[in-house]
Amino acid sequence: MSMNSKSKAWWRELLVPVVAVLVGLAIGAVFMLFTGANPLDAYRALLSGCFGSPVNLSETIVYVTPLICTGLSIAVAFRAGLFNIGAEGQMIVGMLASAIVGYALTGLPRIIHLPLTILSGMVAGGLWAAVPGYLKARFGVHEVVNSIMMNYIALYFSHYLVNGPIKDPNLASPYSPEIADAAKLWRFVGGHGSEFRVNSGIIIAIVAAILIYRLLYKTTKGYEIRAVGLNPEAARYAGIDVSTAMARSMLIAGSMAGLAGAIQVCGIQYKFLDLFAFEGFGFDGIAVALLAKGNPYGILAAASLFGVLNRGSQMMQLLARVPKETAGIIQASVVFLVAAEGIVEGWLPIRRMAKLDVAGKEETR
Amino acid sequence: MKSLNRVLVILLAVGMLVGCAFSGFAAPAPKVGIVFDIGGLGDQSFNDSAYVGLQRLANELGHGTRYVESNTPSDYEPNLASLAREGYDVVWGIGFLMADAVQKVAKQFPNTKFGIIDHGYSEEEYRAIPNVLGILYKEHEGSFLVGVLAALTTQTNTVGFVGGMDIPVIHRFEAGYKAGVWKTNPKMNVIVNYSGVFDDPGKGKSVADSMFRGRKADVVFHAAGSTGIGVIRAAEDHGKWAIGVDSDQNHLAPNNVLNSMIKRVDVGVFEGTKMLLKPGFTGRTVVLGLRENAVGLAPEKSNRASASATAKALEWAKIIARGEYVVPEFPADADKLYKK
Amino acid sequence: MGKPQSVPVLEMRGITKQFPGVLANDHVDFRLNKGGIHALLGENGAGKTTLMKILYGLYQADEGTVLVDGKDVSIQEPNDAISLGIGMVHQHFMLIPPFTVAENLVLGAEPRKHGIFMDMESAIAKANEISEAYGLAIDPHAKVMDISVGMQQRVEILKALLRGAEILVLDEPTAVLTPQEVVELFEIMRNLTEQGKSIIFISHKLKEVLDISDHVTVLRRGKSIGTVATPETSQQELARMMVGRDVELVVEKGPASPDESILDVDALHVLDHRQLPAVRGVSFSVRAGEILGIAGVDGNGQSELVEAITGMRRPASGRVMINGCDVTGVPPRQVFESGVVHIPSDRQRHGLILDFTVAENMILQTYYKAPFSRRGELDWETIHTEARRLIEQFDVRTPSEKVAAGSLSGGNQQKVIVARELSREPELIVAAQPTRGLDVGAIEFVHRKLIEARDDGKAVLLVSLELDEIMALADRIAVIYEGEIVGIVDPDTVTEEELGLMMAGAMRGPQPKAAGGESR
Repeated sequence: MSMNSKSKAWWRELLVPVVAVLVGLAIGAVFMLFTGANPLDAYRALLSGCFGSPVNLSETIVYVTPLICTGLSIAVAFRAGLFNIGAEGQMIVGMLASAIVGYALTGLPRIIHLPLTILSGMVAGGLWAAVPGYLKARFGVHEVVNSIMMNYIALYFSHYLVNGPIKDPNLASPYSPEIADAAKLWRFVGGHGSEFRVNSGIIIAIVAAILIYRLLYKTTKGYEIRAVGLNPEAARYAGIDVSTAMARSMLIAGSMAGLAGAIQVCGIQYKFLDLFAFEGFGFDGIAVALLAKGNPYGILAAASLFGVLNRGSQMMQLLARVPKETAGIIQASVVFLVAAEGIVEGWLPIRRMAKLDVAGKEETR
Repeated sequence: MKSLNRVLVILLAVGMLVGCAFSGFAAPAPKVGIVFDIGGLGDQSFNDSAYVGLQRLANELGHGTRYVESNTPSDYEPNLASLAREGYDVVWGIGFLMADAVQKVAKQFPNTKFGIIDHGYSEEEYRAIPNVLGILYKEHEGSFLVGVLAALTTQTNTVGFVGGMDIPVIHRFEAGYKAGVWKTNPKMNVIVNYSGVFDDPGKGKSVADSMFRGRKADVVFHAAGSTGIGVIRAAEDHGKWAIGVDSDQNHLAPNNVLNSMIKRVDVGVFEGTKMLLKPGFTGRTVVLGLRENAVGLAPEKSNRASASATAKALEWAKIIARGEYVVPEFPADADKLYKK
Repeated sequence: MGKPQSVPVLEMRGITKQFPGVLANDHVDFRLNKGGIHALLGENGAGKTTLMKILYGLYQADEGTVLVDGKDVSIQEPNDAISLGIGMVHQHFMLIPPFTVAENLVLGAEPRKHGIFMDMESAIAKANEISEAYGLAIDPHAKVMDISVGMQQRVEILKALLRGAEILVLDEPTAVLTPQEVVELFEIMRNLTEQGKSIIFISHKLKEVLDISDHVTVLRRGKSIGTVATPETSQQELARMMVGRDVELVVEKGPASPDESILDVDALHVLDHRQLPAVRGVSFSVRAGEILGIAGVDGNGQSELVEAITGMRRPASGRVMINGCDVTGVPPRQVFESGVVHIPSDRQRHGLILDFTVAENMILQTYYKAPFSRRGELDWETIHTEARRLIEQFDVRTPSEKVAAGSLSGGNQQKVIVARELSREPELIVAAQPTRGLDVGAIEFVHRKLIEARDDGKAVLLVSLELDEIMALADRIAVIYEGEIVGIVDPDTVTEEELGLMMAGAMRGPQPKAAGGESR
C-alpha cells in the first residue's frame, strides 16, 4: 500500500510542473502571436537550437551546469528556512577565487591544481555566504537584506580587482590572466579551445546534487537543517543548535554557488571577465529551486528546463527573430504556475483526491 | 527526471510535423550578424546606433542581416559562435565587453570575419586572429566639442560629467570633455561622477539631481548608456541642460538636451563590414575620429547651444580634424589644463 | 418568544459522507430543537466536524437530507448556510488581529459613507447595539489582538448573530478557554437560548456536556450511537458510548513510594519574553516514584518554570539540579542528557515537526546517537523499525511511520510525543498539559502511562490547568500563583474549594522550604 501511494505521489509531483511548462509554452506562444512572430517557428528554433546538433547540445549543457549549482545553493539554504538571495554574489567571489588560484599558481600537476582551484571557489563562496549566515544566527539580522548587499559588494569588489590588482597587464580589457592549463576542466571533445564547450563541470554538478541529497536526507547534519527549516521552535526544544544549523546551511549554500563560479572559470571562461551587471545565474537559481520544490534531483530537471529556455531565448532570436523577452515570459509563467500550485492543481482531477486523502485521514484517525 | 526535456522534445516534434515547410534564410549577398551586449536594443545610444549601421548594410548593400540581444555576459560567446555556425560571413560584437568572446570564437571559426566595436587587440593577438577587425573611436575628440559648448553655455561656471563604469573607454569621454571646458575657461568647475552602472536610469537621475541641486551645475554631460537617460530626466526636472551621448538624444527632452556627442557606431559597423569583406583583409585595429566623421556633434536641428558657442565648437572641430590640436585621451592629462 | 418544546429547527437525516477509504459519516441522524442546546459528543475523528462542515456547506454529503424549519434545503456553500440562519464559530477564530472589534464585526458587510469610505461610527453603533441586544459586553474600540481569547470568542459569536444566525454551531468552544471563561461562555449560551437561538455544542469533555446541554448525540467512527436527554445520563454512560467500552475516568493508582529526590529547584527566578518577572523565587523538589502536580490558572509562570527547567529559557537566578548535578541555564540537549524528558504543552509548536514523518519525529532528540546514526549518517532502517515498534507499543493510529505527523489527529500526535519521550528511559518526566485537547480515551491512555512511569520509579513533574487531572494524578500538589508557589498540599486532604482559593491567590497553604518569601 505504501509503495502504491508512493508511486502515485511521484507522478503527482511531476504532473504539476509538466502542466506548468506546457501552459508556460502556450502563454509564450500567445505573446509571440501578439508580436507577430510565428510560435511554431520559434519553438522549432528552440528545439533545434538546443538539441539539433551535437554542438547545440553541448552548449545547452553549458547553460544548464551553473544553474544546477545555484539551484542547489538556494535549496540548501531554503531547507534551513533561509532565503539565499545572495547566490549571485557568492558565485562572483567563487569565480574570482578560482581565477586567482588558477593563474597565480603555476607548475602544479593537474591532480593538485584543478581540485585546488575548484575548492578555492567553493570556499570563497561559502565564506561570502557565511557573513549573512553569521549575522542571521548571531544577531537575527535578516539574511535577505544582507545577501543583497553582499551581492553588490561582490560585484563592485570584483570590478575593482579586475581593473587593478588582478588585471592582465598585457590586455586592454579588464580581464584577469588566463588560468593555467592544469587548472582547466576537461572538455569532452577537442581540448581547451574547442567549440564544444561542454566539460567535466556537468559531472561535478550532478555529483554535487547527489551529495546534497545525501546530506539532507541521510545525515544527522541534514536532519538538523531540515528540522530547523520546518520548525525552529521544535528544533530548539529538541536540543538542536538552531544557529549552528542555519550557519552551516548558509556555508554549504555559498559553497554551491561558489562551485558554479568555479566551473564557469575552469570550464568555460578560463579567466575572470569584468562584469557589468549580474549574470543572473543566482537569481535563476531561485526559480530553479522553487520549480524543483527544493529537491536536489528535481533541481537537475528544473535547471535543465531553465538552461534550455535561456539558450532557447538566444536561439529563437537568432533563428526565428523572436524577441528575447519571450523566453523570460515562458520562464516567469512556469514559475508562477508552480509557485501558485493551487492553480494548476485546480485544473487537474488530482487536487480533489489529494485534499480528500488528507481530510479523510484527519476525520478517521 | 529527464522527462521534462522529453516532454519538450515530443511537444516540439509534434509542432514540427504540424508546422509548414522549413523557411530558410538564404540570401545572395554576404550575411552580417551582430551580437548586442546586455544593454540591448532600445538604449537610445550605443546599441541603437549599431543597429542603424546594420540596417544601412541591408538597405544599401543588400546584405542579409540578423541580430541577437544577449541576456547575460555568458551569452556573448555562444551567440557569436551560433551566428558563425549559421553561416554569417561577418559577425560583429558590439562593445568591448565581448573582446574575450570574439577572440575565442574567431579562433574557432577562421573562415568567418569578425568585427568588434571599442576594442583593439595587440599585434601579437592579431596574428592568431587575422580574421578580426577592431574599431576604436576618438571619443575624446567629440567630447571636446561638447565640452566647449558646455563651457560657453553655463551660467554658474560649473558643469558636470556622469560616467557609467570607471573604465578606459569612458575615461576618454571625461578627458575630452574636460579639455574642451578648460580650453575655453581654465577656471571652470567640472564635477565628475561615475555611477558604476550602464543600465540604471534611476541611479543616473539621483546622481544628476545632486549635481543640479546641491552643487549648482547647470550643464551635465553623460557617457553612461541608459543610466544617462536618468541624467536627461533630471535636467528636464530642474530646467537645466544635459548633453547626450552616442546617438542624437535630443528627442528625449528637446528643450533640455543641449547637444549630443555623436559616436557613429553605425559608421564603424558599415565601413568596417566593407573592410572585412575586401579580399586580403588581415587583422588590425582602425581608429575613427573627427577626421573620419565618426564622432562629432548632433545635427543642427538638435542643437540648442547659442550660435556663437556652436561656431566656436565647429572651429575647434576643424583644428582637431586637421591634427593641429591633439585632444588629451586620459583624464590626468586633461587635468593639467585646469587653473585655480 | 416562549420555549416551544420539540419543534425541530434543524434536522439532518441519513447523512453519509465517504472519503477515499473512510466512511466519515454513516447514515447519521441529528435533530435540533428550537431553543435547545444539543451537544455533539465524540472522540477526535468520530465525524463530528465532518457533519458540521456538511451543515455549513464546506462539504457536500453523498447521501442524506437537511431540513431547516421542516423544509428540505440544499447547502452548497457557507453563504447558503448563512442565509438559512446557520452560524458557525470555528475552533480557530477567523478574526483579523490588528483590526478593532467593531471593524471585525462588520467585516464583509461594512457600512459605507460616500460610497467608498468605511463608516466607523455606524459600525461602532451597530456593534454596541448587537452586544446590548444579546447581553454580550464588548469594547468595540479595542483591537482584537489586545483582547483575551474569551473576548475574541464573543466577537465570533456576535459576528454570527449579526449575520442573522438562528442556529449557532460552536466547534469545541471551551478548548481554548480558562475555567472562568468557560463559566461565562455557558452563561452566554443560556442567554442566547432564552432569546430563542438554538445551539449545537461540539465537545469531547463529558463534564461540560452534562453541565450545559439538554440533549446529547454521541458519534463513534462515523456512526450515530444514540441521542439521550442530558438529565437521564451520566459521565460513565457517555464515556462508554463514545469509546465503545468502559473507560476509567480516573485512572486507578496505588500509593506512591517516593525515593530520593531527582529534581531540586531552588529559589528560581525567571523572566518572561517581555523581560518581566514570571517566576519569583520558586523552590521545590520532585522525588523518584512520585508525581508532583503544579496547579494554577494559566499565565501564572507555569510555562516559564517548565522552560527554565528544560533548558529552553535561562533563569535570572536560582538553581536547577537534576540528580545532584547543576543544570541551571544549560542548553536543552544537556538537560536531556542528564535524564530529563519533556512533553511540551504546545505539541504543534514545540513537540513535533508537523512536516516530518512520524518516524523522523520519533528521533527528534536522539537522531545523533547510535543506533539511529553512525558517524553522522542516519540509519533509516533502524529508525523506521524503532518507529514501528513505538507506534505499536503506544497504539498510535497511523497508516504508517512514513506519513507526516501533521496528518495525524491531535490525540495521535500527542501519542507520538508521549511515545518518544517515555521511550527515552528518563529519570525525570516534565509533562506540561499532557492531555490538552485530547478525548477521554486518549486521556486515559496518557494518564495510565504517567502512572506506570511513576510506579517504575521515575520522577514526574506534571503541570496542568485541569484541576481534575491534577487531583487524579498528583501525589503532591504545588499551587502556583503569580510566579510563586503559594503552598504544597496533599491531594487526599485538600478540597477543591481550598485549591481554587489558593489558585486565585486568596489563600496560602503550607510552604516548602524557603520558597515564596519574595514579595512582589
